[in-house]
Amino acid sequence: MVRFENVGLRYGLGPEVLRDLTFRIEPHSFQFLTGPSGAGKTSLLRLLFLSLRPTRGLITQFGHDVATLSKDAVATLRRRIGIVFQDFRLLDHMTTYENVALPLMVMGRPEGSYRDEVVELLDWVGLGERIWALPPVLSGGEKQRAAIARAVIARPQLLLADEPTGNVDPSLAQRLLRLFVELNKSGTSVVIATHDIALMDQYDARRLVLHDGRLHIYD
Amino acid sequence: MMEISTAELRPTPSAPGTVLPRFETPLVPRQSIAGRALIAVVAIMTFLVSLTTGAVMLVGSSASEWESDVAREVTIQIIPAHGFDVDAAVEKAVSVARKFPGIGAVRPYSKEESSKLLEPWLGSGLSLDALPVPRLIVVKIARGGAPDIPELRHRLSAQVPGAELDDHRGWIDRMRAMAGTVVAVGFAILLLMIAATMLSVTFATRGAMAANKPVIEVLHFVGAKNGFIAGHFQRHFLLLGLQGGALGGGAAIFLFALAGLGSRWFAGSAVAEQTTALFGSFAVGFWGYAAMLAQIGVIAAVTALTSRRTVNRTLESID
Repeated sequence: MVRFENVGLRYGLGPEVLRDLTFRIEPHSFQFLTGPSGAGKTSLLRLLFLSLRPTRGLITQFGHDVATLSKDAVATLRRRIGIVFQDFRLLDHMTTYENVALPLMVMGRPEGSYRDEVVELLDWVGLGERIWALPPVLSGGEKQRAAIARAVIARPQLLLADEPTGNVDPSLAQRLLRLFVELNKSGTSVVIATHDIALMDQYDARRLVLHDGRLHIYD
Repeated sequence: MMEISTAELRPTPSAPGTVLPRFETPLVPRQSIAGRALIAVVAIMTFLVSLTTGAVMLVGSSASEWESDVAREVTIQIIPAHGFDVDAAVEKAVSVARKFPGIGAVRPYSKEESSKLLEPWLGSGLSLDALPVPRLIVVKIARGGAPDIPELRHRLSAQVPGAELDDHRGWIDRMRAMAGTVVAVGFAILLLMIAATMLSVTFATRGAMAANKPVIEVLHFVGAKNGFIAGHFQRHFLLLGLQGGALGGGAAIFLFALAGLGSRWFAGSAVAEQTTALFGSFAVGFWGYAAMLAQIGVIAAVTALTSRRTVNRTLESID
């Protein structure tokens, strides 16, 4: 699904923040991406999300060499990836329903074909009563769940989450982890970037540990 | 390691019988400070452009009215001389003019009328008998007529001693040059105004775009293609441009309509006569209003195109 070979990344003329990364993300796999602050977790997630290009090495996603992709091709590929940002990135002028339905609307699907799906997913993540609410009135946990719902509504093949439990209390963090595990069971490959060791200890999964820009893999 | 239970992930479902949600909100927020600022900029610029257009059309139509009025008549001047029967010369000149093809009405000014023309310079109550005041004959050209003016001049000088024909050519040429200059200056101002509008709209659009950057980023992240995003933004800015253009252009149209009505209400007063002498009827007419309406559309289109270019540049800068 995703293949990195000797990938390096530097910003401008600065030092390499990621060095010689070689790994694969297999279909239906679950992995934690961890490491100390500043180790390059977010940079690696951005490479996985195609919002950065490597300065060296080869990245292939879904069989495509990302270096050769046009902007429109990147957009098409992104529809197969869901991402949950640490700061949620919900659109404040849209209701929870509209925020979650956005990826399907962007794909050009008629609303009648996805309305029930969106409502069902919102129910599933516990936001059934909040479909009309605007993000500014949602709690941190509700925003987090809305962001996760938006990331998974189009049934992505790869789900990336950047510190998805960073803003929530331990019990909600546990619930969100269960949600990711459920998604993985239904066929989505999951990469969760976190430095929350307690969270990782709750589920036995592959760990990708970044340290000094290098990746160590613990299967 | 934990046990996964999906039951915990299923909280209260939404109440049955509730209204179904709909995707109604536009992707680009309608009400924003930057959007309102853009409407204000477009409204002000459209107002100024419409005023300039109206003024140029007013001067242009007044100049052509003056020109056609003046060009439809010529003047015969009989210069008196010692021992010369001026009245007989006037009669002869009138007779020559009336017989000439293409001439409509011929009206000789009496001695008193000719003297009255000098009153603004010499004052009233003076006896002008001793002065050799020239006599004037106003010759109107027949509607659709094209008299041979050099031939008329030739006949008059041959048959009426002391007669001179003035076809106002020098005056018309000067007026044409003046009106042409005014219209050209007006067009130059109009072009500058349109350029200023485009620049103002560009900067205002950039401001609005900067405010909407989070929207663009999110759309990008959910897989929207650049054409899709640009299309939505272009529609949004076309709407803002139309709103601003309608406000500014509407205000200018209202102002001209009000001025036209005002000049009719005050018709007959000294001020109105002076204004009418200068600007004709002070009405921009159908074409003036049509031009102002067209400008609203043009400026809205400029706003939409400028915003599309700005959106595309912004999209290029976002990975």
